[in-house]
Amino acid sequence: MNFDMGAYGVYIWPAYGVSALAIGGAIVWTLVSWRRAKARLAALEKTPRGTAAPSK
Amino acid sequence: MSAFVTLLLRDIRLAARSGGSAALALSFFALVATLVPLGVGADLHLLSRVAGGVLWVGAVLSALLSLDRLFQGDFEDGSLDLIALSPLALELTALAKIAAHWLSTGLPLTLLSPLLALLFNLPGPATAILFVSLLIGTPAVSAIGAIGASLTLSLKRGGLILPLIILPLLSPAVIFGAGAVQAALDGMAAKDALGLLAAFATASVLLSPFAAAACVRLNLGG
Amino acid sequence: MNFLFRYANPHEFMRLSGAVLPVFAVATALCLAIGLYLGFSVPPDYQQGTTVILMFIHVPADVVAELAYGAIAVCSLLSLVWRHPLSDTAARAAAPFGAMFTALGLVTGALWGKPMWGTYWVWDARLTSFLLLLFLYFGYMALWNAIEDETRAARACAILALVGMVNIPIIKFSVDWWSTLHQGESIMSGKIAPVYLAPLLIMMLGYVLLFLTLWMVRIRTAILERRARNLMREAAA
Repeated sequence: MNFDMGAYGVYIWPAYGVSALAIGGAIVWTLVSWRRAKARLAALEKTPRGTAAPSK
Repeated sequence: MSAFVTLLLRDIRLAARSGGSAALALSFFALVATLVPLGVGADLHLLSRVAGGVLWVGAVLSALLSLDRLFQGDFEDGSLDLIALSPLALELTALAKIAAHWLSTGLPLTLLSPLLALLFNLPGPATAILFVSLLIGTPAVSAIGAIGASLTLSLKRGGLILPLIILPLLSPAVIFGAGAVQAALDGMAAKDALGLLAAFATASVLLSPFAAAACVRLNLGG
Repeated sequence: MNFLFRYANPHEFMRLSGAVLPVFAVATALCLAIGLYLGFSVPPDYQQGTTVILMFIHVPADVVAELAYGAIAVCSLLSLVWRHPLSDTAARAAAPFGAMFTALGLVTGALWGKPMWGTYWVWDARLTSFLLLLFLYFGYMALWNAIEDETRAARACAILALVGMVNIPIIKFSVDWWSTLHQGESIMSGKIAPVYLAPLLIMMLGYVLLFLTLWMVRIRTAILERRARNLMREAAA
């Protein structure tokens, strides 16, 4: 692999960097929302719902 | 047909009464035409070259001003429910409202444009093309605007989202309209640009009522 | 059509996507790794020098930007015409990713353009169309957030997406027409040398798989969020 970009490096590395950041950010955000939703649902499902009137 | 005309006339009358949307749009148009030279400088040659684009963008923005009220007024006081129940098809209702909007906004803007073109030192032939392009193109603005208006009619603060939604959709009109003026400035035939604009406007006016009616239905039906 | 409706049931979707997700994730990682390796091993271009490797992150971003909108349009159609229940959720889930890849395409395009033309932004037909696409995404997401009633929001956004979809070819045509008037530069002129083709296609595949993977997780998340909301509504009753 060749990493010597010569004079163009100042454009190439930021471009790859922004892409990596954006994609990484998207992955992190997606996973965090998933875990949060999962945890919230689990917590809600554990909560006893005995205080509500029994459904028919 | 008479129901169509009745609705059309009623909407025009309402527009004229409620703070005169034509006067508002015309003032805004003139203001934009005044601000731009203040911003870019008084070089008449430069101004004549940007006149087509500036005046077209100005006209589109001015026409936008009254769009969010297109359906909202009737929606809020319940008349829209009644209108929807009437024998007049909702698509024709939408078309009537589009026509009323154009007659009370787009057409006045078009009529003012030669005067504003004067401010920009636009030569005679190019001004004529500007006039024609606005005449053909502003119906498209009303038509596509109606889709945005019907989508946002239930929103109290819908006025801000409406331009965001429809301005990208209106870019072909600006491109072809200003392009026609540019062609005239360069001494070339503007008929290609005007033809494309006419096609775009025709398609918009014919198809938008269906989309707008669908949106009105979904907002009324809940 | 029946195939699609079999997975309209959220339970079925969760089951299927749960099984398929690891495969997609691994495939994504592999494609991107291979694509990057090949991409950094290519020789410099005769005209563009080493900046040619920007093609490998610019074009795939553009591809996903358009693919995501197409996906939203298809979901919108399924929602409006066939009342497919999961499509609204799916459409809404795709939008943020579509917007992100569009923005990424614009940024990488600008960085690619600067060494080429000397300025960061040139109103070339492709970049301009993608700028307008970005606004279409913003409008779509804004409308979802603005309308409070979820059913209404879903249907309004579905109509907006379809109107946008019909407009996009017109917009692209008009921008192309406009750019020929002004003799704009083009960021990518036609032919791609064969040596660049492999990394490009693999990166394109990698980006598409990435979008599909993220999209799937987002839909699953939305399903869980809806279940949570329903539970809270029951508890409050």
